[in-house]
Amino acid sequence: MTPAILVTHLFTGLVLGMILVLLAVGLSLIFGLMTVVNFAHGSFYMLGAYLGFFLLGLTGSFWVALALAPLAVGVAGLLVERVLVRPLYGRSLDDPLLLTFGLSLVMIETARLIWGRIGVTFDPPRELGTAVSLGFTMFPVYRLFVIGVTAAVLLALWVFLARTDLGLVIRAGSRDPLMVQALGVDLGRIRFLVFGIGTLLAGLAGVLAGPMRGVYADMGVTIVIESFVVIVVGGMGSLAGAILAGLLIGEVVSFTTLFAPKLAEIMVFIVMAVILLVRPSGLLGEAGLLE
Amino acid sequence: MIRRVRDGLAAHPVAAFLAVFAVFPFLVPYRALATQVLIYGLFALGFNLLYGYTGLLSFGHAAYFGLGAYGTGIALARLGLGSVWAALAMGLGAAILGGAVIGFFCLRRRGIYFAMLTLAFAQLLYFIGFHLADLTGGDDGLRGIPQLAVGVPGLSIPIETPIRFYYFAFVLVGLAVVALKRILDSPFGAVLRAVRENGERAAACGYDVTRLKLLSFVFSATFAGLAGALEALRLTVVPIESLYWTTSGQVVMMTLLGGAGTFFGPFVGAATFLVLEDRLSLVTESWPLAIGLVFMAFVLFLPRGIWGTLTGGSHAG
Repeated sequence: MTPAILVTHLFTGLVLGMILVLLAVGLSLIFGLMTVVNFAHGSFYMLGAYLGFFLLGLTGSFWVALALAPLAVGVAGLLVERVLVRPLYGRSLDDPLLLTFGLSLVMIETARLIWGRIGVTFDPPRELGTAVSLGFTMFPVYRLFVIGVTAAVLLALWVFLARTDLGLVIRAGSRDPLMVQALGVDLGRIRFLVFGIGTLLAGLAGVLAGPMRGVYADMGVTIVIESFVVIVVGGMGSLAGAILAGLLIGEVVSFTTLFAPKLAEIMVFIVMAVILLVRPSGLLGEAGLLE
Repeated sequence: MIRRVRDGLAAHPVAAFLAVFAVFPFLVPYRALATQVLIYGLFALGFNLLYGYTGLLSFGHAAYFGLGAYGTGIALARLGLGSVWAALAMGLGAAILGGAVIGFFCLRRRGIYFAMLTLAFAQLLYFIGFHLADLTGGDDGLRGIPQLAVGVPGLSIPIETPIRFYYFAFVLVGLAVVALKRILDSPFGAVLRAVRENGERAAACGYDVTRLKLLSFVFSATFAGLAGALEALRLTVVPIESLYWTTSGQVVMMTLLGGAGTFFGPFVGAATFLVLEDRLSLVTESWPLAIGLVFMAFVLFLPRGIWGTLTGGSHAG
């Protein structure tokens, strides 16, 4: 057990954690504001990865793909909110979950029709395809790039939520939608926007993950379940909680892979069970909020 | 005429179940489909007890179906138990234990968290089943389950042929239907519906709501486990997909298609789903696409499902 291996796993866990955080933050935003559990979130992640693959083939530029694919996924998310989710506001909280479950089946099968039943792979751009020395060990530059991009996006998101008027409305809408509407805010438009932001983040996670994890139609399902776990562990409605829990789970998976590979996927759920026992509201969640 | 048949079925669900399913194998193109409808109908019936009558949406019912299937399968194929009854008991025991433990954890959170947690725990069992290959066969599924004759006092009845197996399943599912009717008609069943309508009011009336929900969860898991056990006996293998999220999704879709909160809805939904799957898979590999679209249309426009809409959405049916 050399320090080199430990550092490598530390960074691998960080990368996985960052991808989970991107997904969990989007899920949590959408859930917080509109009490919609977006089961199709993983399918938007998958869509982002496939669109990245498609745009890379079309334009030959990873950077174009990285910029356009998340935007396209965000637009798809806006459409879904307008056409499918909006009619369900005011109905049982279970209905949007059921609907987006059906939607994710449809998206997975459509991806199989378009891109085939076997997954595809795409390479990181050449300028990021090398490895860099971390002192003890070599580490792929692309993975460091992923950590950097996600950190920048999360920082921007935090500034947006904490420092802008629109962010304030979003936070207030999560806490007390009736009061916000009574103050004259058109919550419908805010929900529309937030669904777009959330799915855009999922799309970004998909493009970023594509070169590392491969692209296949049901790549989103396992990871969306893990993002649910991140939300449960971090505490709903807490950005800091989602980041903390995402990184924790990323590291737990990475280090379990090192010691007992078979247990890696299982450890995620053991962490969740322990948190449920000792702190049911999550690490940084408030008890009873949004239940 | 149709209305009289419909009302008759709704008023006497147990008699109606027995009448319809006694002749069901002769109404469908082939016997295996009839048995599947019976087994998945039972699975959906168990799910419906929790979702339709208690108001708890589980997205992880594959866990109990899979536990029932693996419990029974492991008893016969790995432990060499000589009795179908003992194997069924082991499958049921696994499902009940799983339901009690997972239910305990999931009920620590309410509302929409609950659905996410049930899904997460089912995924945990899937990974365990996947990695415990020595016991479960892992990715290849559990193979080599013998089709033993069923022993009843003084008799030993072989169940290899599809039609014999159908009537064996018919007897067990019929007993489960009677049991569910008893549960729903009991004071306990009435309180479950009160919990569904307004949990806080039920708690204010002095009911221990969490305990009631847990009981409903365990009963529901028991029905799902029996369905899984029967499926293991029918197929003589347990595919790893029994524990996968697609199986959880299937039972959700079946119940919603048929009509959640109605007694017959789960069987109607299971039959609709399986016939659709059967016909569509002959035409296209992408049959889940079509089923997904149909399901979305139901959530949007027909939330009471086929049977719920036919019977006017009364919970009596």
